[in-house]
Amino acid sequence: MIKRSTFKASYLPYLLILPQVIITLTFFYWPAVQGLLQSFLLSDPFGRSSKFVWFYNYIEIFTDPLYLKSILITFTFSLAVASVSIAFGLFIATMANRALKATALVRTLLIWPYAVAPAISGILWLFLLHPSYGIVALAIKSWFGVDWNPVLKGGDAMVMITIAAAWKQISYNFVFFMAGLQAVPKSLIEAAAIDGASPLKRFWAITFPLLSPTFFFLSVMNIIYSFFETFGVIHTVTQGGPGGSTNILVYKVYQDGFVGLNLGSSSAQSVVLMSLIVIITVLQFKYVEKKVQYTG
Amino acid sequence: MVEKTPILDTFTYIFLMVGILIVGFPMIYSLIAATLPLEEVSKVPMPLIPGDQFITNMTEAWSRGNLGNQIFNSFVMATGITFGKIAISIIGAFSIVYFDYRLRVVAFASVFCTLMLPVEVRIMPTYEVAANVLGPMQATWDFLHLNGLVSWFTGNDFELNLNWSLLDSYTGLILPLVASATCTFLFRQFFLTVPEELCEAAKMDGASAMTFFRKILLPLSTTNIAALIVIEFVYGYNQYLWPLLITTNPDMTTAVIGLQDLIPQADDLPEWNVALSAALLVMLPPVMVVLSMQRWFVKGLIEKEK
Repeated sequence: MIKRSTFKASYLPYLLILPQVIITLTFFYWPAVQGLLQSFLLSDPFGRSSKFVWFYNYIEIFTDPLYLKSILITFTFSLAVASVSIAFGLFIATMANRALKATALVRTLLIWPYAVAPAISGILWLFLLHPSYGIVALAIKSWFGVDWNPVLKGGDAMVMITIAAAWKQISYNFVFFMAGLQAVPKSLIEAAAIDGASPLKRFWAITFPLLSPTFFFLSVMNIIYSFFETFGVIHTVTQGGPGGSTNILVYKVYQDGFVGLNLGSSSAQSVVLMSLIVIITVLQFKYVEKKVQYTG
Repeated sequence: MVEKTPILDTFTYIFLMVGILIVGFPMIYSLIAATLPLEEVSKVPMPLIPGDQFITNMTEAWSRGNLGNQIFNSFVMATGITFGKIAISIIGAFSIVYFDYRLRVVAFASVFCTLMLPVEVRIMPTYEVAANVLGPMQATWDFLHLNGLVSWFTGNDFELNLNWSLLDSYTGLILPLVASATCTFLFRQFFLTVPEELCEAAKMDGASAMTFFRKILLPLSTTNIAALIVIEFVYGYNQYLWPLLITTNPDMTTAVIGLQDLIPQADDLPEWNVALSAALLVMLPPVMVVLSMQRWFVKGLIEKEK
């Protein structure tokens, strides 16, 4: 789209878009292409020579049980983070929307975790869930009789990073659900109330369907968040451990490439991640935005 | 509320309060931990009554974590990213919306597609570019065998060696994160809603493109800019992977990354009071920005993602 009345200039528009283009070419497209090329090469450990090996790196990663495990972990993790934070965000937003008094105060009290870096959220929850010092860990141990130990047990570590990652995301979901709830026409709710629908029934029959665009949008955003931005949580809290049980795909790319210096494998993994995010973005623009739309 | 439902209302408030408590609990608990001396904080369970060691812990955390320096670095990075992003996005969007030129669609598409290339999916090659930002130019130069061409042309041996490393520098922390598809898209959407008449009137009065931009478009965009400042400041301050990759010098590290060294490991003294004091200090600037500019923050968050 463009304006009807435009300016005539020969070089000015190019000059204006130039900084953006130079940066995207240098730091986005060039590395992306390099990564793609690198994924077809196999280098010796000292990086002196490399040879073209077709899909060797891809075959290698997809037959590596550790990589397949990492895929499984990532999907479990992102689904858990997305569902926990969306459910909690929706619940609080519904409550806050019902309580008409003090909405500004409630918003202030719920909004700030958005500003906390994922890594810091990880530190706060590590303290709460620490096997020897954490108070929440103590509560879990004494109430449920579970031998809670995220430092040694993979499942517990997974629960810990899920909570740390989801906690921060609650505010984000809250803000969007609040906006969505306030856009639901009051007249619809009132009409349903006159027809004798209970508050719960009204929520499921009217509010929830009207929130579905927000709901799907947030699902996509939360999954992208847990795929990529949770790197900080993993790096500060578990470093992918214990025993690779929290080694999500992004962390594995970093480990194999930057720490392990296995360039070919790391690049192939990057390309897999790139394709994943392309698929998610295309799906988001093609289906989610079109199909799930209701007019209020 | 539509009808009177006293029981449900009571439950609403109770649930709301429980929800707020759950969300706020990590913060409250860390604040208490930050006031306790070491022997109190390592008790199980830790006492819930605040102690008097707040200042001691904070100063200890400040000096041990080198926080003054690191928070300054985070600040420079966040501010640089914020203003860089907004500046290049707004002129980029202006170019795309108000000019008709041949590569307009290509330019827009190329900026838009960066949405699908976050740092996380191109870790190694982006690091290589940062290690020598002129690398792409050098590669193109070599590919075209321009050395030979120049040598032949001038008659001397010629070798071009371009090298400019961004590692451990503010430029390196900021520049690669400055391109933004979402900001450009936001400004584009906004410019499209600006009435055509404004531009026509400005043209009729003989204003040049840049005058129109400075005198009309920029003042109209202030609310959008304010909203983006909040969002992008938080984004820049909380960056993790990129600063981790390109800084090796402890003096150039950002605060969020530096915190990791303060977490007590298995064999250390369990000095959680110091670690949590540091965590609270580091999270303070973005939390303050979000809380003090709440209205802009909510607007920015919702507009940006739309």
